[in-house]
Amino acid sequence: MSGHPTMPIDIDEPDEAVRVRLVVNGRKTVCEVAPRDTLVDCLRNQLELTGTHAGCEMGACGACLVQLDGHAVHACLMFAVQAEGARIDTIEGLSESGAIADLQAEFHRRNALQCGFCTPGMLMTAHELLSNVARPSREAIRDALSGNFCRCTGYEAIVDAIAAVAEARAARAAEGTPQ
Amino acid sequence: MTAPLTSLDRPNSYIGRSVPRPNAKRLLAGRGRYVTDIRLPRMLHAAFLRSPYAHARIIGIDVEAARALPGVHLVAMGADLAKICTPWTGTLDHFKGMTSEPQLPLPLDRVVWAGQAVVAVVAESRALAEDALELISVDYEELPAVVDLDAARAPDAPRVNPASQSNLCFRTQLDSGGVDEVFASAAHVIEQEFSFGRHTPVTLEPRAIVADYDPEGSTLIVHHATQTPYQFQDLYSRHYNIPEASVRVIAPDIGGSFGMKLHVYHEDMAVVGLSILLGRPVKYVADRIESFVSDIHARDHQVQARMAVDADGRILAMDIHDATAIGAFSTYPRTSVVEGNQVIRLIGAPYDFRSYRAVLEVVFQNKVQTSQYRAVGHPIACAVTERMVDLAAGAVGLDPLAIRAKNVIPDDAYPTASPTGYRFEALSHQACLRRLRDLMDYDALRAEQTELRQRGIHRGIGIATFVEITNPSPAFYGVGGARISSQDGATLSLTPSGEVRCAISVTEQGQGTEAIVSQIVADQLGVAQEHVKVITGDTEVTPHGGATWACRGAGIGGETALQAARRLKANILEIAALVLQEQPAALDIVDGQVVSVATRQPRLAVAEIARIAYFRSDTLPPGTQAQLTVSHHFAPQGYPFAFTNGIQGCSIEVDVETGFVKLLKHYVVEDCGRIINPMLVDEQLRGGVVQGLGAALFEECRYGETGQLLNGTLADYLVPMAMEMPDIVIDHVETPTADTILGAKGCGEAGTAAASACVLNAVNDALAPFGASINTIPITPARVLKALNRF
Repeated sequence: MSGHPTMPIDIDEPDEAVRVRLVVNGRKTVCEVAPRDTLVDCLRNQLELTGTHAGCEMGACGACLVQLDGHAVHACLMFAVQAEGARIDTIEGLSESGAIADLQAEFHRRNALQCGFCTPGMLMTAHELLSNVARPSREAIRDALSGNFCRCTGYEAIVDAIAAVAEARAARAAEGTPQ
Repeated sequence: MTAPLTSLDRPNSYIGRSVPRPNAKRLLAGRGRYVTDIRLPRMLHAAFLRSPYAHARIIGIDVEAARALPGVHLVAMGADLAKICTPWTGTLDHFKGMTSEPQLPLPLDRVVWAGQAVVAVVAESRALAEDALELISVDYEELPAVVDLDAARAPDAPRVNPASQSNLCFRTQLDSGGVDEVFASAAHVIEQEFSFGRHTPVTLEPRAIVADYDPEGSTLIVHHATQTPYQFQDLYSRHYNIPEASVRVIAPDIGGSFGMKLHVYHEDMAVVGLSILLGRPVKYVADRIESFVSDIHARDHQVQARMAVDADGRILAMDIHDATAIGAFSTYPRTSVVEGNQVIRLIGAPYDFRSYRAVLEVVFQNKVQTSQYRAVGHPIACAVTERMVDLAAGAVGLDPLAIRAKNVIPDDAYPTASPTGYRFEALSHQACLRRLRDLMDYDALRAEQTELRQRGIHRGIGIATFVEITNPSPAFYGVGGARISSQDGATLSLTPSGEVRCAISVTEQGQGTEAIVSQIVADQLGVAQEHVKVITGDTEVTPHGGATWACRGAGIGGETALQAARRLKANILEIAALVLQEQPAALDIVDGQVVSVATRQPRLAVAEIARIAYFRSDTLPPGTQAQLTVSHHFAPQGYPFAFTNGIQGCSIEVDVETGFVKLLKHYVVEDCGRIINPMLVDEQLRGGVVQGLGAALFEECRYGETGQLLNGTLADYLVPMAMEMPDIVIDHVETPTADTILGAKGCGEAGTAAASACVLNAVNDALAPFGASINTIPITPARVLKALNRF
């Protein structure tokens, strides 16, 4: 009912700290985590990067998506210790680097978010999709969003925003403008 | 380029304009500040041990080992909290004869649903608190559990509350008279039974609360993921006996609410008590499975319906029996009866007929409580009504649009009233019907359907007309004795720099409250929208008000902002008139400049008036006290509700081999009165439609025989995802309410109200060639195959 599977009787063990070295949003970071801490626990509690959200804690809703070595992963589905040595980019890092500025602007322009709780995960998926496919069809966008649960929007504005950014990026690429 | 200028071409004319939400940029950058993000110094974390049984007596609880665990600060049981918290009872006075047991944060001796919180642990981390839960043993004596509605209504059913004579919470009856006579002489009588499953709101951010009691000052600050902070300020004050002014409730960014986050939950009440007992901040965030077993569920109705129709297809009468199962308690403070009450009062609402009879029975069972969730009662009322209308159309050989055109209340018939007693100011069913026919290209869709049927492709078209309740007046909860406000308040200030600060009691959960309030204030004051800062969600900063529920944000909150802005403008112009040696009536404000009404020439910047009033009041005439802050409240008067209306249509395809239903396209024509921000209205509608589509096809809280919730994860409980959802085409008719200056009504529930009815009718339309029909929601593939006798 309440969280973790049965713990061993010696409950000191799961809280023993382990040092994990990560590159988070471009900075080398060392975290002291418990073996049972998930990556989302580590990001939110240790590093105070609260942009990554925990929605279902089983990889179904996508609110916790972050980039690990350049690919979107569920931060709730891996332990922090498993990320040893990895490069993690969260919504805060992608915002500061400007990597998704056009996606954020288009989401804003079209109101492709309401409460905003799912939004960091949506942007991670959109970023990953557009990194792999230059001009995805609307169906391909909807398919890519199949791991992102939004209760507010009805999805259509999100699909519209991603499609519009894909078009704009393609048009800029055709003109030879650096992106 | 020669289109005539409209009102939107004036400077600062923001009402009616699709401007983006200012606060959305923050959320897009991951800079939201939700209650789940809040950490306070010395903060501890709570976790709850929950009942594995749906009904059991608590014989004993052993918490010694848990208390001894390092890092655990408190283990509390029902009796510990009962010493400081007074019980609550979820009844309203105007629901005569309604019963519900008194509730406490944690039970004293009996659990009544599987998942009910029994023991609280407060520790230095959530993980440690959960470790401690493992060390608690509870000795239960299992009692017979009442799981489904029929079982609960049986005369010899075990009682959910042993002190009651039956499992009936409430029964009521409406009767306009003459119903039996009309049915006896009608050309056609249609009868049908409907079943609506339980579903649950599933906000993406779970319930979250941080309670911070300061024993030195006897003050309580609660950071609470709620849509109604003032209501909780009142409740925490009264149930924990703390003066109201010493209780502050802060609702920052909220990750979805949909009605779910305005009810009293046992854990939330407990966390406040835990903080009082410890004198330290205590945080609790429900995890997803806890949300499934302790958030309110909704719907869960069995409806028997009869409709009498004349030979031409005119509706003559309806006769309804609605039985609804609400779980073990009625929720507090709104009660679990409101949904059923709205079902029986909204059935038939779009149609012009006089003879109506309905019985409502509200029944307890050993499950988590049901209560108000987006579009309370509307989807049930709409699905029953609209399916009956389609069946009537079939009986008399009319097209679904034609029978609706024949029966809706004519647009020139207002004001009028429904046979259930609702008074309608002005609705636009006929205009909406005409608009939908064009929007869908209805005739072409029908032709395509016929053609595809010959090729074995089974498409269906569904239509559903609806009436939505918005802008509730004090007649809604106030008359029942609940301390739930129907008024809102705003405090509007001109800052020394000439900007505007608006602290308002309506709250923001992503629907755009802050955006529309800043649009209204900027429009009315004549300043740029970016110079208006809107503050919501803090009882210490904003005036008391109802906040955001029942689609009252724009209609009531917006009108509050409008009236406050007009008062502030009058005050600004009074000072300006003194400075300029003019009459106030000769002055106006445009683009942040005081202008002459006659010439429109700028005379003085608003910022200059603020500078003079705040810093150089010595230069104003003796006796002048500049009132550049105004506080204003507004409560609806006139009609008890601002009813809205609209119509939805959808096109679906049923795979008769697998039972899968594919949504092809959805259409909405909606009339919410004055539209403040068309983009936000459309996105509210789309989000609402998708919640209705989820109810139609996917969402159902499934229970086993012993009352265990069987699908309490987001992998098992299906919610609509992008891949299954159709594009949603939206059009508007605008009939402003004359009860307010603004003329706005609500739009947040309209999408949900009719979407599942549309799909129900469309699936039945697709199944018609097979002589199959389905009247159970959600329409799962298994149910479709069963209807087709293939499963």
